[in-house]
Amino acid sequence: MRRVAITGAGAICAIGRNTAEFAESLRQGRSGIGPVESTDMSQVRFQNGAEVRGYSHQPYFDDRRADFMDRFAQFAVIAAREAVADASVEWTPELRETAAIVTGSCVGGQSTEDIGFQEVYKLGHNRVHPLTIPKTMANAGASHISMEFGITGPSFTISTACSSAGHAIGQAFWMVRSGMTDLAITGGSEAPFSFGILKAWEAMRVVSPDTCRPFSKDRRGMILGEGAAMLVIEPLEAARARGARIHAEIVGFGMSADACHITQPSSEGAARAMRAALRDAGLAPEEIGYINAHGTATPANDPAETAAIRAVFGAHAERLAISSTKSMHGHALGAAAALECLAAALALRDGILPPTANYNERDPDCDLDVIPNQSREARMEYALSNSFAFGGLNAVLALRAT
Amino acid sequence: MSDELIQRVLKVIATSKRIPLETVTIDSEFQQLGIDSMDAVEILFALENEFDISIPDDEVRAVRNVRDMCAGVEKLAAAKSAGAQAGQ
Repeated sequence: MRRVAITGAGAICAIGRNTAEFAESLRQGRSGIGPVESTDMSQVRFQNGAEVRGYSHQPYFDDRRADFMDRFAQFAVIAAREAVADASVEWTPELRETAAIVTGSCVGGQSTEDIGFQEVYKLGHNRVHPLTIPKTMANAGASHISMEFGITGPSFTISTACSSAGHAIGQAFWMVRSGMTDLAITGGSEAPFSFGILKAWEAMRVVSPDTCRPFSKDRRGMILGEGAAMLVIEPLEAARARGARIHAEIVGFGMSADACHITQPSSEGAARAMRAALRDAGLAPEEIGYINAHGTATPANDPAETAAIRAVFGAHAERLAISSTKSMHGHALGAAAALECLAAALALRDGILPPTANYNERDPDCDLDVIPNQSREARMEYALSNSFAFGGLNAVLALRAT
Repeated sequence: MSDELIQRVLKVIATSKRIPLETVTIDSEFQQLGIDSMDAVEILFALENEFDISIPDDEVRAVRNVRDMCAGVEKLAAAKSAGAQAGQ
């Protein structure tokens, strides 16, 4: 089996329009959470989100191209462009034919659907815009990436709620590792700030009225985020041979299903996914130094994740550094695992562990070292990135510093 | 609390959770009824519709039994009718 290197990274989210800005915000512990501006929030109980503020398609796409793309698909292409440029991919006809694209998205272009359905349900019109379907489909991100680069190889989208991008990156990693493809563009994108979707989140009563405080005793729920992160991954040997810059290696992927409850997390399911990732990577628990936690800041997730980490790591849990970067970029649903996998890769590359921002008060049920509020300089060899979705579908990635 | 209000709340809980009405009493704890967090959120949604009230998240965080739920609904329903009378 081949080793797999991350040679390209792209990001756009509340704390950065590109990977360099994203890394700098993580280092500074700067939160991108604030009042939602892209949607009228007057009839929504919560007011805050982690948006790409002041976003316009115009620096990225001409108007006609943008007509065909929901915001989530635009984010996907923007991040993929940066990742491909960063990796200095040398395209050949063969590579375009065999390269893979695996993306994650939870709600796809539901914002477009929301607008379209208002036409018939609310405004009483008899027609919905003909681009509603192609803009709404969750695979639109992958499709637009394929068209952008003329990639004709295996391309698909995985939708497993908050684990979508974790499952996508894991699948792409296995495809490169096994020799099925020599290059993959993989990650996730999401743009859920639309009235109907926000009302549905409001009804679940899991969104914080102020900010996202993972693992803090006074946490009051999650904060929705948007954006995308995309990675270019390829065999380590090939990357070295062409002199590519390597951000980090992906060394393992594990997944599990809770088979328990449609929304409540199970620490057993989370633990099984972490163990599966360690087994896939051939790592002992003691070799892990940092975990980018799922850390949603809901009352239920954080203690369950803490218990899962304790179950997997035993006494070593005390020596782990753990943080939830959702405290800064929000919970970007189907893009979350991609932003967080990238955050973990940057932490290994730069030797700077991102903090858990907005942290106030120790919770006895979340009593791990969660790197409160300030980033930490530390060279770690191995890291995990945890994602545990509604529906109990879990995905964990294992990374190695280069 | 009025019996009428209590009966309406019990009925909402039983209907939403799809359990026989006679299993739900003013003294029931959510745990006894097998009401988990998602069930509770659904019941709140049904109560908002039944009483035409809006139940803030902060009001429900500590509610673990039917009695507290009835008391909360009564308070919000009273505030609503006082508001309606003040408006007349």
